[in-house]
Amino acid sequence: MIQLRVLVSLKTSVFDPQGRTTLEALHGLGYKAATALRQGKSFLLTFEGIGEDEAKRQAEEMAARVLSNPVIESFKIERVA
Amino acid sequence: MKVGVVVFPGSNCDHDTQRVFGEVLGQDVLLLWHKDADLQGADVIVIPGGFSYGDYLRTGAIARFSSVMNSVKAFAEKGRPVLGICNGFQILQESGMLDGAMLRNRNVKFLSQRVHIKVEATNTVATRGLKSGEVMGMPIAHGDGNLYLDNEALTRIESQGRVVFRYCDAQGQVTDDANVNGSRNSIAGICNASRNVVALMPHPERASEKILGSDQGRKILEAFVAG
Repeated sequence: MIQLRVLVSLKTSVFDPQGRTTLEALHGLGYKAATALRQGKSFLLTFEGIGEDEAKRQAEEMAARVLSNPVIESFKIERVA
Repeated sequence: MKVGVVVFPGSNCDHDTQRVFGEVLGQDVLLLWHKDADLQGADVIVIPGGFSYGDYLRTGAIARFSSVMNSVKAFAEKGRPVLGICNGFQILQESGMLDGAMLRNRNVKFLSQRVHIKVEATNTVATRGLKSGEVMGMPIAHGDGNLYLDNEALTRIESQGRVVFRYCDAQGQVTDDANVNGSRNSIAGICNASRNVVALMPHPERASEKILGSDQGRKILEAFVAG
């Protein structure tokens, strides 16, 4: 079994309304040292019956084609298990 | 004229759209189920508002892979008219048929309210015969309508006259306050390079009969079936 995590987040050039709203709430709670917050999505993919290279290739394809929108988002993939 | 209205699981403006094109404008309306690739001889296609497939991943992200969208894409590539309303706009962007993407509204609220938009480009399938600068009041109902275009795309769309509608106040002034969702350059609607695919976030079908409080949106739908 191979588990890969796909992390999708808005590109740094794109304004993140949810991230900003959450950061403002944190500031309101006194966490003044936090100066930036970017929200994203995490997808944990479990593969069976294929090797790590093929799992990564498929995850890459899914991330580029479906899980992220390349117009506004970027992604990275990491091995979890 | 045969108007094809695409229906996804989660579409919720399909019947409103059917009613306006059918009962108000007297056209033949076909409801096209998302699993069917056959557009049944439709002359024009409308992708209505709603929450296709629940919009769980991103707005419009799953709908773009449906059988019907492959046919709609081929239809559009032949230069045939396609109109996207609200979720329809988001689906057309995800499908690569229109530029940009929708971010969460800048105030992070779902906005259900009346707005004003003004017509900019009149040489599109949904605005032919309208007057440039004409102001229309109609509702919006969306959480993700904050149009994002990168600088290159924004410049291209502006310079090619592909901004079809812009948010404005009741007098037609484009102000920051009137740009309720934070869209770049207050853009409410755009078209593709061939000007046969047009989409907007506001709902003209919800403003097409006096009893609904406004019939100002009807002109857009009339223009769309006038060709």
